[in-house]
Amino acid sequence: MATQHSRSVARLMMAPAVVLLLGWMLVPLTMTLYFSFKKYLPLRGGDLGWVGFDNYIRFVTSSSFWPSVQATLVIVGGVLAITVVLGVLLALLLDQPMWGQGVVRILVIAPFFVMPTVSALVWKNMFMDPVNGLFAHLWRFFGAEPISWLSEASMPSIVMIVSWQWLPFATLILLTAIQSLDSEQLEAAEMDGAPPLKRFFFIILPHLSRAITIVILIQTIFLLSVFAEIFVTTGGAFGTRTLTYLIYQRVLESQNVGLGSAGGVYAIILANIVAIFLMRIVGKNLDA
Amino acid sequence: MARTVTTPRKLINTAFAWAVGLLIFFPILWTILTSFKTEAQAIASPPIFLNFDWTLENYAVVQERSNYMRYLWNSIIIAGGSTLLGVIVAVPAAWAMAFVPSARTKDILLWMLSTKMLPAVGVLYPIYLLFIQLGLLDSRAGLVVVLMLINLPIIVWMLYTYFREIPGDILEAARMDGASLKEEILYILTPMAVPGIASTVLLNFILAWNEAFWTLNLTAVNAAPLTAFIASYSSPEGLFFAKLSAASTMAIAPILILGWFSQKQLVRGLTFGAVK
Repeated sequence: MATQHSRSVARLMMAPAVVLLLGWMLVPLTMTLYFSFKKYLPLRGGDLGWVGFDNYIRFVTSSSFWPSVQATLVIVGGVLAITVVLGVLLALLLDQPMWGQGVVRILVIAPFFVMPTVSALVWKNMFMDPVNGLFAHLWRFFGAEPISWLSEASMPSIVMIVSWQWLPFATLILLTAIQSLDSEQLEAAEMDGAPPLKRFFFIILPHLSRAITIVILIQTIFLLSVFAEIFVTTGGAFGTRTLTYLIYQRVLESQNVGLGSAGGVYAIILANIVAIFLMRIVGKNLDA
Repeated sequence: MARTVTTPRKLINTAFAWAVGLLIFFPILWTILTSFKTEAQAIASPPIFLNFDWTLENYAVVQERSNYMRYLWNSIIIAGGSTLLGVIVAVPAAWAMAFVPSARTKDILLWMLSTKMLPAVGVLYPIYLLFIQLGLLDSRAGLVVVLMLINLPIIVWMLYTYFREIPGDILEAARMDGASLKEEILYILTPMAVPGIASTVLLNFILAWNEAFWTLNLTAVNAAPLTAFIASYSSPEGLFFAKLSAASTMAIAPILILGWFSQKQLVRGLTFGAVK
């Protein structure tokens, strides 16, 4: 068992990591909170004094707030729906016996390793460009008028780009979960004459529920802060300004730090609501 | 107990899976192919798939125009440095938590994870301001530190899950045989921990390489890595599909190759050990 001595050594070994993360969390967080109660315009007069909850009220009452919430929800919800449904189907498919399984897996996983700026630019130009993009060629081939995707169908386009990036993640995790399923159980059900759909809904899906929850929670945290994909495609125009992007614009583009910081506090609260659920699941897993 | 599957069934599976796999991979394939075309062929209508005049010209132009090598070097330094630094800080911490667990170990681990949930945009200005005041804006050192901090929770977690799989009995046996703490660490724990550490390094290198919030907002010219290099191509100038493709291919190729080696670790690392 651990002695007094080894305990103090352990504490010493943990200290650097704990201190660094504590600093990383507390210093900027305190500053964000501090700025959020100030009228602070670095380029137009600097610190103009305390304003109480003014920034918080102005942030939520500004005309761009609700559209940004809506954009955020559409991106998070849309990408989650697409990646989870397709991810389950794809994981089931990849679990089947086939030739070249390893290669197919690699093909499916590849988009996850493409940096966000690259995938956004490739989709924007090579596929969604209204004149020379592949989609435009495809549309013309079928005699349809090409669509300027990122302005006329901006949200679906961005949801599609982000889904393409995250589908591999969902698939990989769900596949790992499917492979841990006891195949004897499935065989028994098969022998008892359960049709494939029943086997899916009563055995496979319940088995996957925990993995699906984890996929949803982790993706939500990353999707709430989608940035580069919007930065290089629409720059927040055409209704694609998410909460993250709105805060970014307030802080760095219009240099209204007080207002942006209040928005930042909202974003932190929102992320923490999701995080609490994720932590519960992960925490339970630690005890097991 | 492999389930017996008829050959036709396997054939259908194979065909279908390959079709889907290629469809998902297609944007990457198309980018790589386009990078070897001339600009005129890149936008030819109807699109040319394979029978074009393969050329390396675009790669030369991209390197010449935007000095790819410098961005690549920055990416390597930033991703490598932050990963290395993170592992140096995390190994002792994960070690202590795995082998000398206390009542608070679980709370500390969960708290570390919670720092990962902090949305970057919420602390963008403070970090920006600190960077200006410390003279770190557009410096590689600054980004190394920030990326180390945002990935530190994942590094600690991954190492912790790996270390916990090392059986404690072996340690006790070594102690019985009179091994000192130093010998115990050097000859027994280290060899068993190396694969876990290697996987952790690999995954975190990939994550740092692709990070595109801080690298875009905290760099301008000197420290800009490949993420920023590519973003500079977002405003098109004339014919540029082939050059964009060449630049993209160069930005993703190194990590695509590394990524394929790290599939297994990816699941464990990104789910904080909740799915293995």
